[in-house]
Amino acid sequence: MSIDWIKLLFTLLGLFIVLNYGLLQYGLIRRITARIGKRIGMPVYQPYIDLVKNYAMRSQITHGVMFYFGPVFRLVGGVGIFMFMPLIYGSYYWSNYSFAGDVILIMYFMFFGMLGMALGASEGGHPYSFIGISRGLSQFTTVEVPFTLAVIAVAVQHHSFSLTEIVAGQQGGIMHWNIMTNPFAGIAAMLAFLGMMMASPFNVVQAPQEIPIGPPTEYHGTYLGLLQTNRAILYVSESILMVNLFFGGATNWVELIVKSFCVFFWPVFVGLVFPRFRIDQSIPWFLKIPLILSIIGIFMV
Amino acid sequence: MEDKKTFIDPDLTKRTVIGPNGEDITVDPIQDYFCDALPKKHEPKRAKIFENFFNWARAESIWVLGFGTGCGSIELYPLLTPRFDAYRFGVQMRPTPRQANLMIISGYLSVKTLKRAIRSYEQMQNPKFVMALGSCTINGGMYFDSYNTINRLDKYMPVDVYVAGCMPRPEAILAGFEALKKRIKAGKAEGANLYAENFETYKANQKKIIRDWNMPDYNW
Repeated sequence: MSIDWIKLLFTLLGLFIVLNYGLLQYGLIRRITARIGKRIGMPVYQPYIDLVKNYAMRSQITHGVMFYFGPVFRLVGGVGIFMFMPLIYGSYYWSNYSFAGDVILIMYFMFFGMLGMALGASEGGHPYSFIGISRGLSQFTTVEVPFTLAVIAVAVQHHSFSLTEIVAGQQGGIMHWNIMTNPFAGIAAMLAFLGMMMASPFNVVQAPQEIPIGPPTEYHGTYLGLLQTNRAILYVSESILMVNLFFGGATNWVELIVKSFCVFFWPVFVGLVFPRFRIDQSIPWFLKIPLILSIIGIFMV
Repeated sequence: MEDKKTFIDPDLTKRTVIGPNGEDITVDPIQDYFCDALPKKHEPKRAKIFENFFNWARAESIWVLGFGTGCGSIELYPLLTPRFDAYRFGVQMRPTPRQANLMIISGYLSVKTLKRAIRSYEQMQNPKFVMALGSCTINGGMYFDSYNTINRLDKYMPVDVYVAGCMPRPEAILAGFEALKKRIKAGKAEGANLYAENFETYKANQKKIIRDWNMPDYNW
């Protein structure tokens, strides 16, 4: 077995670009949120400083082995989604390690990080961690249902579980995009995407005002730095996944960044407009409209 | 002071419970639920350039523990509003002591609250800073002869910045943040190490005033 070192190098470079992109985007979100609240807000580069500070904390405590593994698993989940997803369609080096069944593996990785975090947070032993993680898992389970159905609809439409082939089937203009050819599945996935990004209507999992602050209550220093790194990678990776699935992928970096930027800001703007759902409201919500839409989407194919 | 009545929380008393297989298990909450390792001094990085860089990052990203005591906590909320907007200076509120770097004691501290403040302070990780608002934390202020408030915060935990006033306005608190930033960047804000070095003195002072001491000496 030979390793394609250049490809590995390109994947790591892509990871680095996505990390910086995610951090800057997070800063921008905070800035936009502040502007809507008539504030000036923190500098765009503030997430970098927070990251450096967290990695530079002098003392740290641990609650056990799983406490270490929680953020690591979460990071593996984020990096895993990124590694098996084609970034640029038609480019050998930028398509990472995409293969025939990568959609299934990516959806597995999405849940993997969540479960790792659940183990780590419960070892922390703080009651708010338990509440946060039980809410997070139950909400994410219901998010997965419409999202999976939408992905299956797309896979049936293109006769493939490979993201590269799904993107290939969408080339040739805006009318070929899956959001146009199968709008029900597309809308269902976009609604599920709100829950995946944990933006405002569905952020009761770690809302600072409700349960301070949910799963990462006990996490500090390097642990929190790892979680922040993962947040940057994970959220950008998920929006690139949406671009690949429903918005025709991208053939160059500019297109990728513009598209994923627009997709990324959909939950942000929804979050700024709508107030937060309680957990007993958000779970039935996901099982109503998005689920029905995604089932219609499957029947459409 | 032997004649003082010691109050012991019933939840923290030593007791015996029966396990699932019928065996007796002795539970001593203070020993079992808390780690009693004492604080350690953490030396700054040898290389000056790294330490300066980290100090800059610490100064530009101050995470405040939202611990409101006394009347000053009402002066903290306007900091987050459009008028004062402390986010501009990298100041953010964190709800948990684990993630916070700065503890703001916002006004007088009753003895009961002092106990909670110490617990929260000890749970924060090194490096940690303390900012004290109002004259109550400096010399007691208008509560100087009160029977259950402390007069000098400095005796119980190392304070980095005092903001005088009764109460200081949000502008004064912002100026306090700037002063703290200067102190951190100069590498003088070593409160956590100071606390670890003079741990005995601080503990003695705390125990002198807190009657119902039913927690371990250090709550990491």
